[in-house]
Amino acid sequence: MTLILAVDDSRTMRDMIHMTLKSAGFETQLAEDGQHGLEVLDGIEPDAIITDINMPRLDGFGFIDAIRKRDGSRSIPILVLTTESAEELKFKARNAGATGWIVKPFDPAKLVRAVQMVTG
Amino acid sequence: MSDPNDPMAEIRASFFIECEELLEAAQDGLQTMQDGAADDETINQVFRAVHSIKGGAGAFGLEELVSFAHQYETALDDVRSGKFTPNEDAMLLFLGCCDLLADLVDSARDGTDMDAARVESLLTQLRDVVGIEEEEEVSADEFEVTGISFDLDLPDLPDADAEPAPTPVYDILFAPNDDLYGLGNEPLFLIRALAALGELELQCDYSAIPDIEQFIPGTAYMSWSLTLETDAPEADIHEVFEFVDGLGKIEIREQGAPPSDPTETTEADEIAQNPNPPAEAELQAPASAGSDPAPDQTGTEPSSEEAVPPAQAALTKKPQKSNGDGGKGAPATVRVDLERIDRLVNLVGELVINQAMLSQSVTEADLPPNSAVAHGLEEFMQLTRDIQDSVMMIRAQPVKSLFQRMSRIIREASGAVGKTVRLRTEGEATEVDKTVIERLADPLTHMIRNAVDHGLESTDARVAAGKPPEGIVSLTAAHRSGRVVIEVSDDGGGINRPKVFDIAVSKGLIPADAQLTDSEIDNLLFLPGFSTATEVSNLSGRGVGMDVVRSAIQALGGRIVIQSEPGTGTTFSISLPLTLAVLDGMVVQVAGETLVVPLNAIIETLTLAAEDIRALGPETNVVQIRGQFVPLLDLGAELGFREPLESYVGGIVLLIAHENGDRAALVVDSIHDQRQVVIKGLQDSYGHVPGVAAATILGDGQIALILDPVDITAHASGRTNQAAPALSNAG
Repeated sequence: MTLILAVDDSRTMRDMIHMTLKSAGFETQLAEDGQHGLEVLDGIEPDAIITDINMPRLDGFGFIDAIRKRDGSRSIPILVLTTESAEELKFKARNAGATGWIVKPFDPAKLVRAVQMVTG
Repeated sequence: MSDPNDPMAEIRASFFIECEELLEAAQDGLQTMQDGAADDETINQVFRAVHSIKGGAGAFGLEELVSFAHQYETALDDVRSGKFTPNEDAMLLFLGCCDLLADLVDSARDGTDMDAARVESLLTQLRDVVGIEEEEEVSADEFEVTGISFDLDLPDLPDADAEPAPTPVYDILFAPNDDLYGLGNEPLFLIRALAALGELELQCDYSAIPDIEQFIPGTAYMSWSLTLETDAPEADIHEVFEFVDGLGKIEIREQGAPPSDPTETTEADEIAQNPNPPAEAELQAPASAGSDPAPDQTGTEPSSEEAVPPAQAALTKKPQKSNGDGGKGAPATVRVDLERIDRLVNLVGELVINQAMLSQSVTEADLPPNSAVAHGLEEFMQLTRDIQDSVMMIRAQPVKSLFQRMSRIIREASGAVGKTVRLRTEGEATEVDKTVIERLADPLTHMIRNAVDHGLESTDARVAAGKPPEGIVSLTAAHRSGRVVIEVSDDGGGINRPKVFDIAVSKGLIPADAQLTDSEIDNLLFLPGFSTATEVSNLSGRGVGMDVVRSAIQALGGRIVIQSEPGTGTTFSISLPLTLAVLDGMVVQVAGETLVVPLNAIIETLTLAAEDIRALGPETNVVQIRGQFVPLLDLGAELGFREPLESYVGGIVLLIAHENGDRAALVVDSIHDQRQVVIKGLQDSYGHVPGVAAATILGDGQIALILDPVDITAHASGRTNQAAPALSNAG
């Protein structure tokens, strides 16, 4: 089964991502900030990662940077969940090393489509 | 959303719970900032809390909440980035915004309307003070608010089988640059997504792949020419390339259409010629290091790169120690539906009753005290008690959230009366039953408003009295001998007793010549209809007096007392039971009925001697207890079990005290014992029965009513038999 790691400091958001992906047949692992995400990554090899940007301890940019620097996770597709508008975001996310982006507010169909796009 | 099995309803409910936590965090942070004890992380914490509320609200289409949170967040972001340094006024504004945000959350949850003018007024202030710009795009496309529905029969991708009209054919050129791979993209998936749109033919140009010695991992050597026959709109094709737009050359042209729109490729070309420098450097690093025998970047197959050399694998693969949401960093808590806990509390109540019945049977069976059954039973009793305590603890919550609400009341109240007031809290971690906390909110709000409005002097009067201009209202909570004590105190002028006395006289509450102690005067405040404000202020004078506060506290099984010192202030102490589920009671017998009287109402029990009883009028008696005359109430007669007794000499009375100092002596036939009883509400089945608080089931399976002594004395007829000498004859 395709495994997705979702990192968000909002419990509501984690719940929604989890529920959406589960219904679409994905398996999820959840983490509540970048630091926690990296710890979880020590034990799993997800097929894609979804991450929020604004988080305590280690934010999304730092998290992505760390992932892209680690041999084991360098090329995992990463989707950024963000409230920022498209153009600005695209460059920010790309500069940070993200594969794609999902603009909040949360839309389950969009999320599933984005995840399918990067996991095949 | 109304379907209880609807996962969205559950997440929505969880969102609002999270909002409460986030608001608490935001308020904590703002308070810390106001106290000048903030560090960089403090404002981040506040910002994130507001940001998360906005994010969740957006998902549920809560537009008003999103819109306000967005602008509030923008202002906080200015603080965070150092663009704006808040002074004291700005901090008050931020706290006010936090209050409004809380109200918006409430109104979103309850589906009530918000006062738009209030929202607008705070937004205007935010713009004026912080200088944030008026944002129009919040509700526009940029931040489109869409409610979500969980229709997860998602079409995989737009369907391809449609009308058999001439199907458009597109020529697509896709030549990725290096960045595409570095960012975790996989051309194969894109090609698959295109194939899902219709008939796809492709040609791969891999002529650029060099010999293995020159091969640089992470470099884009391949490009594709594709022909797609599809009825799907062209936008769908563009959507496939959304994430890789700009990461190479992408040309999409419909066959037979005029030569491609020049803008189609220029952007991509530009970016292709100017690849993203950091990503490139990073990708080439392993190859240039040269020591890596099996470069893990293959360029064309990013997903197969898990072939990490064993040594490296050992370094990077640690045992899985974190499991999703319950992992490290997460507070070790579970959220449980309150209904489930209540059911558990009820079941434990049954268990306690059952255990008591079992104990009674064993006692009646006359088993030797050292028998296995007796030992087992003792352990069973202990376990039952432990389980009961543990279950009650589940319902317990710190009073912190309640206290936080009061800090807001202080802000509003002090603003309304033009006094400077600071709230001091202590014992916020003290835990109290959740229901008690909920039901304390109203009385506490009223007391806090009173303290600000009536308790504290005006700033001028304070200065004149040599006090600091800023008034202090303290709110403390503590556990004391099995009860929770909550105190509201102010450092104001104390109760103006002569004034209170005069008002009580003028309202006909007491005779003008009444001789009252200080404490009795203070307690006049609790009389219904009493109000010390000569003019009804718009703050505390809302027709709710301290009598309502007292009844609310009493309804919780609590007591309230006043202590006041002229010139230094007033303290109201509320003492409450830890739980509403069990009660310490005295089991008594009246006219063959077994009744339970709450222990906290009983001051003492005594046996009546003939000389203690005096008649007062034809049908009523009073009892002399330590020099004071107390009305004698025949419980059997008051409850309608029987006619008043002929004589009360030798009878047993329970001396009952009201919070206001009133006393009454209740005559009972006998006292069984004192014990903890499980409260079983009667309200649902019988409504309010005067004099009866609830019921319980005793160890022998008998049902006993739990009396409300205050209610009984309030409704008492006072009818007793006139067998005693009249009061006037008393020596």
